[in-house]
Amino acid sequence: MKLIILDHYSQASEWAAKYIRNRIIQFNPGPEKYFTLGLPTGSTPLGCYKKLIEYYKNGDLSFKYVKTFNMDEYVGLPRDHPESYHSFMWNNFFKHIDIHPENTHILDGNAVDLQAECDAFEEKIKAAGGIELFVGGIGPDGHIAFNEPGSSLVSRTRVKTLAMDTILANARFFDGELTKVPTMALTVGVGTVMDAREVMILITGAHKAFALYKAIEEGVNHMWTVSAFQQHPRTVFVCDEDATLELKVKTVKYFKVPPQVNRKGYIYSTSFGI
Amino acid sequence: GGQGAVGARVLQFTNCRILRGGKLLREDLWVRGGRILDPEKLFFEERRVADERRDCGGRILAPGFIDVQINGGFGVDFSQATEDVGSGVALVARRILSHGVTSFCPTLVTSPPEVYHKVVPQIPVKSGGPHGAGVLGLHLEGPFISREKRGAHPEAHLRSFEANAFQDLLATYGTLDNVRIVTLAPELGRSHEVIRELTARGICVSLGHSVADLRAAEDAVWSGAAFITHLFNAMLPFHHRDPGIVGLLTSDRLPVGRCIFYGMIADGTHTNPAALRIAHRAHPQGLVLVTDAIPALGLGNGRHTLGQQEVEVDGLTAYVAGTKTLSGSIAPMDVCVRHFLQATGCSVELALEAASLHPAQLLGLEKSKGTLDFGADADFVVLDDSLHVQATYISGELVWQAEAARQ
Repeated sequence: MKLIILDHYSQASEWAAKYIRNRIIQFNPGPEKYFTLGLPTGSTPLGCYKKLIEYYKNGDLSFKYVKTFNMDEYVGLPRDHPESYHSFMWNNFFKHIDIHPENTHILDGNAVDLQAECDAFEEKIKAAGGIELFVGGIGPDGHIAFNEPGSSLVSRTRVKTLAMDTILANARFFDGELTKVPTMALTVGVGTVMDAREVMILITGAHKAFALYKAIEEGVNHMWTVSAFQQHPRTVFVCDEDATLELKVKTVKYFKVPPQVNRKGYIYSTSFGI
Repeated sequence: GGQGAVGARVLQFTNCRILRGGKLLREDLWVRGGRILDPEKLFFEERRVADERRDCGGRILAPGFIDVQINGGFGVDFSQATEDVGSGVALVARRILSHGVTSFCPTLVTSPPEVYHKVVPQIPVKSGGPHGAGVLGLHLEGPFISREKRGAHPEAHLRSFEANAFQDLLATYGTLDNVRIVTLAPELGRSHEVIRELTARGICVSLGHSVADLRAAEDAVWSGAAFITHLFNAMLPFHHRDPGIVGLLTSDRLPVGRCIFYGMIADGTHTNPAALRIAHRAHPQGLVLVTDAIPALGLGNGRHTLGQQEVEVDGLTAYVAGTKTLSGSIAPMDVCVRHFLQATGCSVELALEAASLHPAQLLGLEKSKGTLDFGADADFVVLDDSLHVQATYISGELVWQAEAARQ
């Protein structure tokens, strides 16, 4: 894996956004060759989305030939509810860029047959040629998307019941009222994300530090589903200093090499301009 | 909200600040089929993008202004029983587009029954468009008003409805079709029956040209009165032991949840800025900007006709000829909005709402007019930062544009 450590949230967001931008530009998408991007929601990627919007507005990046697949959506929440992931994606990303609505895909938490909806989502990803880059976050309980502790590491898109940790973490979006938080969600599986050609995980903030520790310094474990990406050939973890608080000093030093130290192969540091 | 005709073109106004929810937001305004469109719904349900984008140059988009008290303009006098009342109304409707007004209530001052019988049926409710601002219905100001507070209204034509209450009113006006607002003095005998009957018929009753005390005014509100005609003018002055009609702004004896609206002429003449500020601070949500414009609006200095009397125009002021009695204003609506903003120091949002949302709420039209919420009629104005009108739109169609803005 690559572990990119930036000083602050804003720099981590910018690094991630630049990485996505550069990957899309280098891919050179066109009408016959779309760039497929997996996308997360939540407070962590907000800064990254803002930067991507900036790159679009500057004329540096177009989403005309990009297809997006979101990771998850609540079950039973009206699509136009301010806390639905549809609303999130519209307000924080889609309405500001030039993506065509037909190229966006978000699971429908109000589908009549939820599992059929999930199966269809897998088919859509396949039809689009698989995901080129899947961007995700990590929950405080180490989950990727809504693959809560105990989720199969080879799982596919399906309905999941949310863990208490997740409900507590999300309560702040529902006026702090636990009873208002949806208890089920549709989510891509760990296996679904593992199928992507590249995975980028954004992790910022001290409250995610323990989860990051469990994900990369301990073994692959279905209780910390992000750990599955230890077995993915191409994963990037992008974090801020606070998120590394539970890591060994040795681990952090290995990845956050000062610029004057030369090593064979890749050099990762905050001054590594991508 | 209604998503408009699905097949019609989708227009996206970008690079603008829109007035929505009491705030100026950096959002695009989407329009289809003459109504404001919800772009999120369009994106996720219809999976469509805009057919046309219009860059607004960073300007403000506000709901079109609504004038609920305007007696005429550009030489047209709504209270004159001419042979072709319709063209007069049409002329005013077209000319006020440049003031940012997209809907209005042509107002008739105290007149003899013959005039009402001839004029009222000739001014139907009409949607706005390139031809002019929409007519929401008539405002009949008088003749059931106080002699002492008649202002510029002709004494000879004042009436009472003591004998037969509502029947007297109906006989005087001839018909209530096309009527939206009636201004009367609640101290007149049997006014409560009349107010109740008018309210039951969906007509907005306004208190004005009256010597009513606060108690009488409150009782009138309980009977259904919802508006005050040009606050401070033609009513008893505020007194600390009996605030009169002015006291309605802070009365605690009104029906729960009812908001009393009050018209204010913010032309710099009819109300001292300090008085404007007192009213605004006491009850900002009820303030409705009106022009009370007379036929001399847009004409310039000289002598002109208003109702059955002559008026003298001098600059931005108009008097009953030969007297010092104010005869009505000649300040256009956008001038009133700017003056109101400057005199009260209120937010731009509130100044704009006073000319759009509040009159819409007064008339119970706030779902379709005076707002840029999804589903509302796409009647709006494009303003620069100093609130000068750059363009006016009705049902999503450009109906007026300032010279400088034309390409």
